[in-house]
Amino acid sequence: MANSSASAPSLRILPWLMLAIGILIGFSGLIDQMITYWEDIVYLTKQHVVLVLASGLAAIAVGVPVGIWLSRPSMAGVAETVMQVFNIGTTIPTLAVIALSMTLLGIGFTPAFFGLFVASLLPIVRNTYAGLLAVPGHLKEAAHGMGMRPMQILFRVELPNALFVIFSGIRTALAINVGTTPLAFLIGGGGLGELIFTGIDLMDTGMLLAGAIPTAALAVLVDFLIGQAQLWLIPKGVNPLR
Amino acid sequence: MIRLEKLTKIFDTPNGQIVAARDVDMEVPEGEICVLLGPSGCGKTTALKMINRLIAPTSGKIFINDEDTSTLNDVELRRNIGYVIQQIGLFPNMTIEENICVVPKLLGWDNKKAKARASELLDLVGLDPSLFLKRYPKELSGGQQQRVGVIRALAADPPVMLMDEPFGAIDPINREVIQDEFLKMQAEIKKTIMFVSHDIDEAVKMADKIAIFKEGVIEQYDSPDNVLAHPSNAFVADFVGADRTLKRLRLVTVEEITDQDAPAVSRHSKAKDALTALNDSAATVAVMIDGDHHPVGYVSAEMLKGASGLVQDLARPLPAVVPHHADLRAVVSEMFANDVMWLASVDDSGRYTGVVTQPAVTAALGETYRRASAKAER
Repeated sequence: MANSSASAPSLRILPWLMLAIGILIGFSGLIDQMITYWEDIVYLTKQHVVLVLASGLAAIAVGVPVGIWLSRPSMAGVAETVMQVFNIGTTIPTLAVIALSMTLLGIGFTPAFFGLFVASLLPIVRNTYAGLLAVPGHLKEAAHGMGMRPMQILFRVELPNALFVIFSGIRTALAINVGTTPLAFLIGGGGLGELIFTGIDLMDTGMLLAGAIPTAALAVLVDFLIGQAQLWLIPKGVNPLR
Repeated sequence: MIRLEKLTKIFDTPNGQIVAARDVDMEVPEGEICVLLGPSGCGKTTALKMINRLIAPTSGKIFINDEDTSTLNDVELRRNIGYVIQQIGLFPNMTIEENICVVPKLLGWDNKKAKARASELLDLVGLDPSLFLKRYPKELSGGQQQRVGVIRALAADPPVMLMDEPFGAIDPINREVIQDEFLKMQAEIKKTIMFVSHDIDEAVKMADKIAIFKEGVIEQYDSPDNVLAHPSNAFVADFVGADRTLKRLRLVTVEEITDQDAPAVSRHSKAKDALTALNDSAATVAVMIDGDHHPVGYVSAEMLKGASGLVQDLARPLPAVVPHHADLRAVVSEMFANDVMWLASVDDSGRYTGVVTQPAVTAALGETYRRASAKAER
């Protein structure tokens, strides 16, 4: 948790900065150069979005249940050890994760998807686990004492009260995901990284920005959407934003 | 009715077995409040939680309304027992209405009925449903939350309630208020209640019976007055405190010891007539009342002797009056504060009902000891 809240703000400011710089450059005439790549932008953005959505949703679909499973009392003995492994995993740079993924799965969509999935998984599992453990014991005791079954306690009491922390994990994970997806190009996964890296190699600023600006815009959009979901989906009584 | 038979709980810990409750036998009659009292770690909470099986008993039986609860499954059992905990445990993600409706919904009540019940209960504790139903727990004060905690436990109208230090987290002033409210409510709903406390004053106030625990064993199970007046052993005597007799002042109300025959004279009666009335009674003073029967002053035989004129010209003001439903603690407190041996008592509309004297207070407290020694002599 401490980790995610520390890294999240800087990750959120970055795209805004890039956007601002992009706009400045845009006025200097580069915008016309970028427009020439319009077809590429549309095609690669689609690829990019597919990668982000697929790996992000897969990470949520796996990470939340794993976090829940680790937080169950029956797992109390091993959960901390597993979380330590996850924490060590978090220290591996995402570029290294992508590279490792390529050595295992070759090139193309699959290794890119897998690398991004692994990189996004960690914050989600960690926040789900920590969020559920932080639900006060007396709430669970009250729920038990009132005659709720374990599943009812999980879905009506534990998850709603941990939802804010879980959402923070998802927000961090997807911020990492969108920011890392350009690297997918390096292992043949496509996406806007193609324009960015080719632009760097050819010293073609217009091409570079044609990739960088949509990437930044996408990051801002994703963060905004999750922020809205966090605002409206989490019950008012446990939502510090409302 | 709750009956415990030879209820025992032994915890196996790495440091050996710990007996949290040993052969606990007790019965709480229908509609009464039984307070489990004792120092921390004495097993009172364990005993309570075995009833709704949050802790599984090692051996022994629990009956609710003569039904052996071991035949019921955990969930069924708990849904039919109201449960209130010290931390209140309102679910912060739910509105007050949703919180109150949890058990009714679990029991399959329809929406309309559950909602109507929530409004009805909020009314019962003086919280306006139109204001509070849609609020979240964090928007309520501690006292309001605790009231909701209690009515949530009452939502499905369970015959039995378990309360684990329910008022422990509330400041002393609000605690008194909520205790009074709760007793008033209990007088109407008449639930059978087990109540854990570590506060002897709370126990004396709330309980029909007190069970004092020490190391998992009941040391004494008796009425508050008997626990205070006749502690069964040194541990109980020590636990209820050296001032236990003073605590008994709470248990008697003014009404019970008021001398209703104490003479009262009207403002406009003549001094001579008042003196005659006074001499005819055993009293030394007469209370002067006005046209509405409110006590306004007093006259003594000395003041009246040889005087002429009306009582109202001779009378002195009353130092204080006590309401007839007040407990003797309030009476003694007023007596000490005003340095007097007697006080006039009044009913709810302020009308004179009689006189309470210090000897009457002493006699009321001493009666139980005289009875006990008479029994011993016989």
